[in-house]
Amino acid sequence: MSLNIQTVSASAHQIATKLGISKFDLSGSATDSVSVQVDKGEPKQVKASNRSGITVRVWNSENTVGITSTTDVDENGLELALKTAHEASFFGIKEHAPDFSPEATAPIAEIEIESGDAATVPQLIDSLVDAERKLLEAHEAIESVPYNSLAQSSIDQFYLNSDGALRSDSRSYTSLYLYTKTEQEGKKPRSAGAFELSHSFDKLNVQKCIDEAAEKTISHLNYEKVASGKYTVVFSPEAFLSLLGAFSNLFNAQSILDNQSLSTPESLGTQIASPLLSVADDALHPSNIGIETFDGEGTPTRRINLIDKGVLSSFIHSAGTAKRMNAQPTGHANMGSKITVSPHFYHVSGGETIEDKYNLDTAENVILIDDLQALHAGVQSLQGSFSLPFDGWVINKGVKTSIEAATVAGDFRELLNSIAYIEPKEELTNSGVCPRIWVEGLSVTGE
Amino acid sequence: MTISIDPKTFLLSKQLPNLSYSATTHRFDETWEAPLSTLLGLGRAAGADFVEFFLERSNYISCLAEDDQITSISPRLSTGAGVRVFKGKADCYVSTNDLSFNGLKSALEKALGIMALHLPAPNSYVPEINLELLRDYATKKGKDSWLQECSSMREMGEVLLAANGKLKQTATHIQSRRAAYFRDWQEVLVASSDGTFARDIRLTQSVGYNLLCADGTNRSSIGQRVGDTSNPNFLTTWDYGATAEDVSESAGKMLYADYVESGTYPIIMANQFGGVIFHEACGHLLETTQIERNTTPFAEMKGQKIAHESLTAWDEGLSGNAFGTIDMDDEGMPAQRTLLIENGILKNFIADRAGSIRTGHPRTGSGRRNSYAYAAASRMRNTYIAPGEHHVDELFNSIEKGIYCKKMGGGSVGATGQFNFAVDEAYLIENGKITKPLKGATLIGEAKEIMNKISMCSADLGLAAGFCGSVSGSIYVTVGQPHIKVDSITVGGR
Repeated sequence: MSLNIQTVSASAHQIATKLGISKFDLSGSATDSVSVQVDKGEPKQVKASNRSGITVRVWNSENTVGITSTTDVDENGLELALKTAHEASFFGIKEHAPDFSPEATAPIAEIEIESGDAATVPQLIDSLVDAERKLLEAHEAIESVPYNSLAQSSIDQFYLNSDGALRSDSRSYTSLYLYTKTEQEGKKPRSAGAFELSHSFDKLNVQKCIDEAAEKTISHLNYEKVASGKYTVVFSPEAFLSLLGAFSNLFNAQSILDNQSLSTPESLGTQIASPLLSVADDALHPSNIGIETFDGEGTPTRRINLIDKGVLSSFIHSAGTAKRMNAQPTGHANMGSKITVSPHFYHVSGGETIEDKYNLDTAENVILIDDLQALHAGVQSLQGSFSLPFDGWVINKGVKTSIEAATVAGDFRELLNSIAYIEPKEELTNSGVCPRIWVEGLSVTGE
Repeated sequence: MTISIDPKTFLLSKQLPNLSYSATTHRFDETWEAPLSTLLGLGRAAGADFVEFFLERSNYISCLAEDDQITSISPRLSTGAGVRVFKGKADCYVSTNDLSFNGLKSALEKALGIMALHLPAPNSYVPEINLELLRDYATKKGKDSWLQECSSMREMGEVLLAANGKLKQTATHIQSRRAAYFRDWQEVLVASSDGTFARDIRLTQSVGYNLLCADGTNRSSIGQRVGDTSNPNFLTTWDYGATAEDVSESAGKMLYADYVESGTYPIIMANQFGGVIFHEACGHLLETTQIERNTTPFAEMKGQKIAHESLTAWDEGLSGNAFGTIDMDDEGMPAQRTLLIENGILKNFIADRAGSIRTGHPRTGSGRRNSYAYAAASRMRNTYIAPGEHHVDELFNSIEKGIYCKKMGGGSVGATGQFNFAVDEAYLIENGKITKPLKGATLIGEAKEIMNKISMCSADLGLAAGFCGSVSGSIYVTVGQPHIKVDSITVGGR
């Protein structure tokens, strides 16, 4: 069901008036998506959807807030949602009750998003069948591409409130995922994956995704066990960003206020990492395919420096956390069962110098981690510890040997302080921009 | 004998735009038969081999108490439908929020178009599908009033605040206390071109604690929850006092635990949520979804030994009020009790409709999905290792040095059969006795190997509520087992 934002806005105001609700806000989105999967040259499953959803907040006469979300976006659904939120509002918190963002009507960034033509389903299928074929031909050991998907989505999102705020933006993206599996006599099956994202199908670099999946798979065919012990570990940009994301409570103001963080309000301005490390969250980064110009409370998004030369320099905020911590909202709020705060797109700055000591062509016995797995299970984000399986290699003077199976374990705060080197070259990933990062003294369990 | 046919009784495709149906909007009942049988017939007339409609209405609410205040009460209302079209072994799934006749027809047309099937010409007959009499599990089992009988918002708040108050009394070094509850009410209707026409109401509830303790740089966090699928008064029956004592004791012990030393150990896994090892290391690999992708080592091993002879395992749709209990699956098939492994021999796979079409294994009532946004897939329900004959002490006495995994965290299994689990609460076993708490342990292994290393099962089967994420979204499941001994496993640590 497509959403007409002006109609939703008019209906919401009319129904609210009828129900005696004078203060409310509403965040919503409509998504149109299609995805295809193939199996051995044939289409296997095609999925398509056209769905909408809204979340409403209602303030009652006692200024406490209730919230309800619904996928019924017609007038009946909207009325039920407003009524239910009003009912829930009488159980809302009295202390630190949320309010409208003071920036809900502030100008948002004018971003010119690249656009392209949407592909037809047959085009998507043909492209994916071709990618599957090329991967199977890349090496005789690649027996199948069990997980594959080519998907395109377009999303319209909006925010409005009873004070007259009304804003919307749109974006679209196309994604490709290829994940191989190998079979070789006398060897264990191996697998590797690659993911590519773009604004549209015609800009999607399919060949890059195929090459990456093939290269990773082939490089893992000849594997060896690794001895357990302490190693210098080099994190790929993807691996470091996934770990950073798992411990994002470090700079999440809501988590800090809820005592669900490794930081406290007093952590701001303290050294939490090696002086080599600087991290920003930049929703508007030109390489961010999923740019959002405002958050769930209508606050404009922006670049925020989180860690500056190892010093914790800012938290990410909603309107509510900013008010409580005497700061500005930063455009990171999500309107959900409780207002939550989350990062958009990391930018870990590259190092400033090249040091010969930290060169994969000459370093001895270091471990390069390409991909960390099972973060949902192996990260204790409130304790700071992690123990995670990974895909990677032992690298000895430029010779790369795939590791059969191993885990890396440590304390994230210790890891941040044990960063020995940050390579100068920044690489673009789907969750941010980051160089390779060298960390000393991490525990690896192998044989 | 002469048979005469009155052409006026047959529907022509050109009449579709003028049809007027009045299916009830607040309940999925018999009034949906006419529009759905018309749409299913339209799909078949277009050349689809099989068409299925899945209609869903849900009413979800969550409530969170943090320390001594309710910080969130959040209802979520949802209505939607999905239509699935099969042509040969390929299928297309289209979902929509629009449950009007035209909305459903539009979704069907989109699915047909994607499959390169076309609506019949204007003067073509549309063979309406003869649906069975509505198989209404909701009404037959007295579920229609469940939603009204559940706890009110006020009651949710009162119970959670009282529970958090109890935790304050039992725990020490508290950094934060959380008590959380959710109720997920779901009404579903399935109609398909093989005549399936079935309705059900599901009521899934869960409540539990998350306790974070800190003392200097030492930290521990323990979560524990219980779940239910058919008692509207479940929340008021929660024994939060006993749970608070249990959680507090665990958090207290783990606060000063040493990190586990990595290596290979024999382990004992506790009953109840310890069953996550079977769920991840074997259960997922018995889903036909994995056979379709060639990502299970067990695909060709039906009738062969895949596990230690001491191991028997089930996956069943009906286990009392257990968290994965369903009367029918999301494809309208009655839930089945499925013997997976008997004394180490692989007996059956877990199959949905698509899996059955693509692999030939019979359906088991295991087609499940998170919501109308997903096509159903073969998924587990209540899955557990059957009790054995040993006493728990016998398992401990058989270990000189090993690890007791009392509370498991989450886990996962990859495409090559490698699995891993986090252990939230572990203890060192020395000479058959528990000696000290350990933290930071991860269990790592290969599914095919570990199943042969489960050498002892005790008699104390216990079930636990869990959430399982996979191709058709997050669903409610039960994991379970008695205490089991694994002869050796790699433990990741420091």
